[in-house]
Amino acid sequence: MAEAIKQSVRNPAMRWVGIVLVAAALTALPFVLAQVGTAWVRITNLAILFILLSLGLNIVVGFAGLLDLGYIAFYGVGAYTYAILASPHFGLHLPFWIILPIGALVACIFGVLLGAPTLKLRGDYLAIVTLGFGEIVRIFLNNLAQPVNITNGPRGITLIDPFRVGGFNFSRTSSIAGLDFSGPIKYYYLLLVVLVLVVVVNLRLENSRVGRAWMAIREDELAAQAMGINTRNVKLLAFAMGASFGGIAGGMFSAMQGFVSPESFVLVESIMVLAMVVLGGMGNVWGVIIGALLLSFGPEILRYTVAPIQYAIFGKLLIEPEVIRMLLFGLALVLMMLYRPAGLLPSATRKRELEEHD
Amino acid sequence: MDIFLQQIINGLTLGSVYAVVALGYTMVYGIVQLINFAHGEVVMVGAMVGLSVIGALAASSGLPPLVVVLAGAMSAVPVCMAVGYTMERVAYRPLRGAPRLAPLITAIGISIILQQVAMLVWSRNPLSFPQIVANPVFEVAGAHVSAVQIAIVSVSVLMMAVLTLIVYRTRLGVAMRATSENAQMAGLMGVNVNQVIAATFVIGAALAAIAGVMIGTYYGIAHYKMGALLGMKAFAAAVLGGIGNLAGAMLGGILLGVVEALGTGYIGELTDLCHIDWISTSLAQRCAEDGHVVVFGSNYQDVFAFVVLILVLVFRPSGLLGERVGDRA
Repeated sequence: MAEAIKQSVRNPAMRWVGIVLVAAALTALPFVLAQVGTAWVRITNLAILFILLSLGLNIVVGFAGLLDLGYIAFYGVGAYTYAILASPHFGLHLPFWIILPIGALVACIFGVLLGAPTLKLRGDYLAIVTLGFGEIVRIFLNNLAQPVNITNGPRGITLIDPFRVGGFNFSRTSSIAGLDFSGPIKYYYLLLVVLVLVVVVNLRLENSRVGRAWMAIREDELAAQAMGINTRNVKLLAFAMGASFGGIAGGMFSAMQGFVSPESFVLVESIMVLAMVVLGGMGNVWGVIIGALLLSFGPEILRYTVAPIQYAIFGKLLIEPEVIRMLLFGLALVLMMLYRPAGLLPSATRKRELEEHD
Repeated sequence: MDIFLQQIINGLTLGSVYAVVALGYTMVYGIVQLINFAHGEVVMVGAMVGLSVIGALAASSGLPPLVVVLAGAMSAVPVCMAVGYTMERVAYRPLRGAPRLAPLITAIGISIILQQVAMLVWSRNPLSFPQIVANPVFEVAGAHVSAVQIAIVSVSVLMMAVLTLIVYRTRLGVAMRATSENAQMAGLMGVNVNQVIAATFVIGAALAAIAGVMIGTYYGIAHYKMGALLGMKAFAAAVLGGIGNLAGAMLGGILLGVVEALGTGYIGELTDLCHIDWISTSLAQRCAEDGHVVVFGSNYQDVFAFVVLILVLVFRPSGLLGERVGDRA
């Protein structure tokens, strides 16, 4: 069976058939989900955002091997950039195709700001510094309401503009060819397009000159340097690119939710994204996607099953789904590292590296 | 009241707690070159256990207050030791020799689990410290010093002294130093390396337990989320002093406490735009109305530790007293 699948994947014609089938399934997906409930389309949209985030973090952690525990800060920077430039807060209403690149650029600058002083640090130190950086950004988002109100403090920014192209508004339902496209469904297609682009970029990056340089640094920085790789620039590039992906995802999050507050950019979220990367398999684009899907949908499924089951058995809610989710999540991190350190779908080199004892 | 002296006193109090927690980080790092990311959560468990026992005893038994507090601390210590031991056995020992990222990620997992379990046991509401101990406040040169502050500093100093004795004057201490020097060699010399590493974790956890009770007593409150930030600050203190170095952790902790207190005390005044109100007339107008236009207020208190951490790692990665030169890849 497995052999047959492998054979058919190698066959170019079969490959195209597969791609067309997957594309058809992804196109039909939101309408199927909408039958179950619009909530599931929203959940899917958030899952895609998390895939985008994990792919961004995968560049830093998976490709370049730099453990970043403050990644959500870039997401936050992107989200706030969008919120500030497209909301009544400052009365600015720029179109999204201008703000998203600005958000990516601002996040990129933050990435370089974080990367530059930490270039010399070794793995675990880097992790702690990035964690501290994430906290600093959150504290600033929380407090930058004085003396000039920039972030509106803990209350966050509301009434953020949705995406809009001419008269086409992404938050309203519109009818095209007899089908009702609700707001979440439109965002789904937009996110899907962005996701496909990002996946292609990531796959191309992996085998590019830069991608190979990142992996060389991950494997052995000294050797990479000796081979003529400018480790400083290449590492900075990893931080900058990872951060820009985070910034773009943040901008889309902002537009979709219509509301941002520092609450969404806490340490747990950084760890969550890291867990997605680790669970799926650091350095492997498909693995990371699977990890992000599992950790985005898993908790939602828990939410809909755990509470009813507890009511059925005990007649009351003993443990909140949220707690169970976090417990499983912590347990998953520990068990993954103990029994399958390279992830569910490991990249070949990464696997060799993590299972080898140094 | 003299703000400067007052902030130094507050800083010394918090700093000595940071120092005790930092010792846990530094001991573990010195011996297995690993950042015990979950150490802050052990402090939290200590605070929660200690405050629950103190609360229960204060309500029911007629014991004298000091005995109640002591009983709280004494019950927190074994619980934390057990947590520390389990942590080492489950999450760190199997990964010894694995790449550094692996134990760091398990540590994150462990701290999430500890937090959630604490939330299940004690609920989301914070525990408060019952008002049983009279806390007389003394006035020294225009600043206030409370009995609790004096007690915290004294207990911290005592614990640092005991730890120094253990490390430099006992067989276990010799074994610990040998293991940190070269674990393989120490093993060949008959040191049970696994036992020594476990002992290091357990001692660190005991210190964390006492620190937890102290911080709970000082703030009068403990909650399931308190561990992460405290742990981060203590880690910053350990790095500031030079990680792996006991005296460094003590110095780093106290220094960080003082920096934080002074920073919090003065940042508002230092970043008050009214010092430069000649820049614009609208600013001058606001200054005339409010008196102060502060850019960074004391709500930035938690930033100092991270800034110190980053500065130290950039300019002197070996810390103030560290012997290890550079922590390059």
